[in-house]
Formats: sequence, structure tokens, C-alpha cells
Amino acid sequence: MGVLVNLLDYLVLLGTMVGIAAYGMWRTRGRNSLSAYLKGSQTAGWGTIGLSVMATQASAITFMSTPGQGYESGLGFVQNYFGVPLALILVAAIFLPLYRRLDVYTAYEFLGRRFDAKTRLLGAALFLLQRGLAAGITIYAPAIILSTVFGWRLDVTIVLSGLLVIAYTVAGGSEAVNLTQKYQMAVIFGGMVTAFIVLLIKLPSWLTLTDALTVAGGFKKLEAVDFSLDVHRRYTIWSGMLGGLFLSLSYFGTDQSQVQRYLHGASLRESRLGLMFNGVCKIPMQFFILLLGVLVFVFYQFERPPVYFNEAAWNYQARHGAGAQLHAIESDFAAVHARKQRLIRAWLDAKHAGDEPAEAASRAAAQAAQARSDVLRADARAVIQRADPQTSANDADYVFITFVLDHLPHGVIGLLVAVIFAAALSSKASELNALGSTTTVDFYRHMLQREASDAHYVAASKWFTALWGVVALAFALFAHLVENLIQAVNILGSIFYGVVLGLFLVAFFFRRVGGTAVFWAALSAQTLVFVLYFTLTISYLWYNLIGCAACVLFGLILQALKGPDDQPAEAPATP
Amino acid sequence: MKSAEQKWSAVAAAPSGPAGVDEGPGLPWLRTWRRVYGFVFAGFVLNVLLLALLSWAFS
Repeated sequence: MGVLVNLLDYLVLLGTMVGIAAYGMWRTRGRNSLSAYLKGSQTAGWGTIGLSVMATQASAITFMSTPGQGYESGLGFVQNYFGVPLALILVAAIFLPLYRRLDVYTAYEFLGRRFDAKTRLLGAALFLLQRGLAAGITIYAPAIILSTVFGWRLDVTIVLSGLLVIAYTVAGGSEAVNLTQKYQMAVIFGGMVTAFIVLLIKLPSWLTLTDALTVAGGFKKLEAVDFSLDVHRRYTIWSGMLGGLFLSLSYFGTDQSQVQRYLHGASLRESRLGLMFNGVCKIPMQFFILLLGVLVFVFYQFERPPVYFNEAAWNYQARHGAGAQLHAIESDFAAVHARKQRLIRAWLDAKHAGDEPAEAASRAAAQAAQARSDVLRADARAVIQRADPQTSANDADYVFITFVLDHLPHGVIGLLVAVIFAAALSSKASELNALGSTTTVDFYRHMLQREASDAHYVAASKWFTALWGVVALAFALFAHLVENLIQAVNILGSIFYGVVLGLFLVAFFFRRVGGTAVFWAALSAQTLVFVLYFTLTISYLWYNLIGCAACVLFGLILQALKGPDDQPAEAPATP
Repeated sequence: MKSAEQKWSAVAAAPSGPAGVDEGPGLPWLRTWRRVYGFVFAGFVLNVLLLALLSWAFS
């Protein structure tokens, strides 16, 4: 790589990021009522709501890892999102009207109104525990990759991006988050579409789009839907629809970082349409990002890719000890790539000539060459990991950023790095906003300071948001101490999400179950999940289903044993 | 003291503030929420069909 980023790239990057943050702070200055600070001025239309919900879910890793997923495994990952439209319909039809009708600040206030104070605090505590621990990752994950690729100092990258998001989230509250997310999504869409167009232009001029898809299909990168009933396969239409439905229902319906986004709407109609916008757009958007990765794969059939996409780790190991092995692998890889290129050309020529036997033979030979390339890549990963066990074996996260840096023009590079930062800041802002709101409304106002002015609660909310921001920064700075970070956070989420969803499902669908029964049911279900987690070896995704089912079942049993509930529900809070 | 069912009724029947007023979607061709949900669901089915078609066409 030559000069990675130049002045133009830095101008685009800083101009978009700092400009959007400054505009958000300026537009939302002087918000002194708690309602305006936590729910915004409630004038947002469905477009703002829809983009805000989308921006909250799409973190920086979405735009770095998903094209890498497409490159490595093809389109199959899109099935992971098949539960999203179904979940959003349920949230819009059932969850949202009740939240709006009760005019709550947080989803957990609803639990207090439906059940009692202790159930509300339990729901809020589970959210704070899970989201608070995960908060550092949304800053750390992109920072570690960007600092590795660009050679920036990791701590400086973390602190500067963290301080920027803390500044506008604390200053402008929920409205600033929604407002900035709208423009950050515009940067993200603009960047991804630009990358897509430049990628198409960069493909060989003789290669039509149909040819490109033929090559991708020949290497099994276009297997988007798998109807297999094999439960061991990671992505199938069934696991996507069932597992995805549970995950998405829990995330969109009960996670305050999402609930706060759609409570911001000018009316129930705007909030509902914002959710439906995501229901329509989510699968095509993920398909588009994966297709980008698939086309990067096709591009690299005609342009030799690095053997290992984390080039900083490769270069370091090549200079320190593992050089001979890596150079041997690289030399084999180059030879295999050159042979594969000739075979692909012969395969497409035979296809255009209608020579089916020659087409089949060339395709099979190209597939064998690809399999050999994959083996060499795996060998390189093993060598690098043996030399430095701290290096992640998975280099898929580096595929897209490597393509951007090596093949896109300056200016566009700055725009694509801005995409990654925009995604990181937008999801981080929602998290901090939700953590600050829940701490203020469900704990501080509810337990410590019940009668105070709006200005007092706004100030408290700002302090709590800043505090969570500092916690997230501290965690991000020390995150390297945790092995396999992202998986650790996903496991953490799966351990708690099921029980929280169970609480809400009991609230909505089991009218006879009261607060005491569901409270003890949730604690028992959470204990069961912990015990199972430490004794079984099943995939952590199953804990979403187990926690939810156990909470509902225990609630019904305890209520039947206990008889009618006797705990008072909470009175509506006075803002 | 209220039973759980009475609490649920109180929550479900809570007087709606201006933020909670239920109104139609106001979209041409999609005049009820049921139709909007049907449209989103149909879009989901169409997405799956198109993706399956893509998988089959280039397999």
C-alpha cells in the first residue's frame, strides 16, 4: 500500500464526522425539559425514525465485517435477518401502541405499570448490565481494525471518537442522537453506493455483470437461501426466521437503545411507519452489503489479493521469524491465483461459445484451484497465529478496508472511513442515550430523587450519560484483555436477552400473571440460564429461546401455585 | 389491591395522550394498518423468493 490516506481523505473524514456532530449539538441546544431531552421534541417523521432505528442497529462492524462475510461465505448470512420484518410487525402492532399510550420514557416503565416496581427494576437492571458491559465494544471493535490498518495509535483513536460521541449525546440528548443519525446514515448510504459503483467500474471491462454473477455462483457465493433442516448448519431459512424472530423481537421490542428511537416520533403513525420502513429495507440492505463483498471476491479473481488481509500482522510476522514460511505460502498462492485466472477465462469463454463440456471442465478446475487457495490462506493464518497467538485468525474483517485502501481513489477512501466512523458513532450514541435515560428514569428518579424539577433530571441525565460514556471508553481501552471480544459480548447478550423478552411476553400475553410471580420466574429463569451456560456446550444462541421460554413457563406455574397477585402496580410517573 | 388481570385492563385501557392516538397509515392503497403489515410481510416473502431464485439461477 502506498500513502493510505491523504489530506483530501482527512478533510472528507473530519468534515463529515465533526460537521454532523457540531450540527446536532447546535440544532438541539437549550433542551431543558426532561421530555425533550429523553424523547426529543416528538416531532420526528417516519423517515427520521426509520433511519435512526436502522443506524442504531448498524454498527461499524456491520460495514467492515459483512462484506468480509460475503467474500468468505457468500450471501447465506442474509438469512440471519429473515426474522426482522416479522418481529417489526409484532413490535409495531403490539409493543409500540402500549408504550405510546402510557407515554413512558423507558420500556421498563411499562413493566412497572403492568406489574410492579421490583419487576421494573429487574428489567432495567438486566438491560444496564448487558448493554453497559457491551458498551465499550462499539468503540473498540472499529478502532482496533482502523488503528491496525492505518497505523494510528489505538488509545488515541478510541478516546477521540469516544469523546466526540459523548459530547453531542450529552449536549443534545435523544433529539441530537436522532438528528445526527439521519445525516450519518446519509454518509453511510452515499459511501456504500459509491464503493459499489467504483467496484463495478474496476471489474475487467470484458466481464459483464452476468459473467461476474456466474463466477460468484460457480464458487458458491450466491447461495442465499438454504432450505436444509440440518440444525448444525449455521444459517438456514428456518434458523433465520425462528431464531431471528426471537432475537429481533427482544432487540427491537425491549432494548431501550431501540425503544427510545421510535418513542421519538411525532405520532404513533410516524413511529409505526418508521419501523415498517426498516421491515421493508433491512433484508435488501443486508443483501446489498453482502453482494458488495461477493463482488469484491469476483474482483480479486482478476487482481491478486493478499494471502492474509490483515497486512500489518502479515508484514510484522514476515519480518520477525515466520518470514520463510510466509514467503513460501505467498509464492504458491501467486502461482495458484495465476492458474485460476486462466481457468476462469477459459470457463467464461466456453460458456459464451455454448461449449458445455469445456465449460464444466474449466469450472471444476477453477473450483479446485480456489480450494487450493483456501488451503494456503488457512496455512498462512495458522503460521501467523502460531507466531503470535494474540492475532485473530479471522481476517475477514480486513477484506473490505483492504480493498478500499488499495483500489479506491483518495476522497472516496476518506468517505468510506467516514462510513465506518459514522456507523460506530451512531450506534454508540443510541447506547449511551439509552443507558443514561434508564439510569435516570428507572433508578435515580424512581428510587433516589422522586420530586425534583425537570432541569434537575436533565442535569442528572447528562451526568449519567457522560458517566456511561467514560465507562465505555475505559472498557474499550482495556478491551484487549478479553479474549475474543465480540463473541464474548454476543454470549453476554444471549444470556440476558431471553429472560428480558420473557418478562415482556408475559406482560403482553398472559394477563393473569402478576408481578411477584413473573419477578421470581425471571430470577429463576436467569439462574437456570447461568447454570446451563456453565454446564452445557450448546450454541449460545439457544439461550435466547431457553431464557424466554423458562421465564414464561415459570411465571405461569408460580402464578398458578400462588393464586391472585397482591402487589400494587405503579402509578403513572409525573414528568 | 388489584388482580393481575385488572392491572392489565388498567394498562390496556389507559387514557391515550396525544402521543398515543391511533390513526390510520394515510398511505394511498394502504389505508389500514393491517394492509401495511400485509405489505411488509408480502415484501419479506418476495425478498425470500427473489433470493431463492438468485441462488437457483447461479448455482
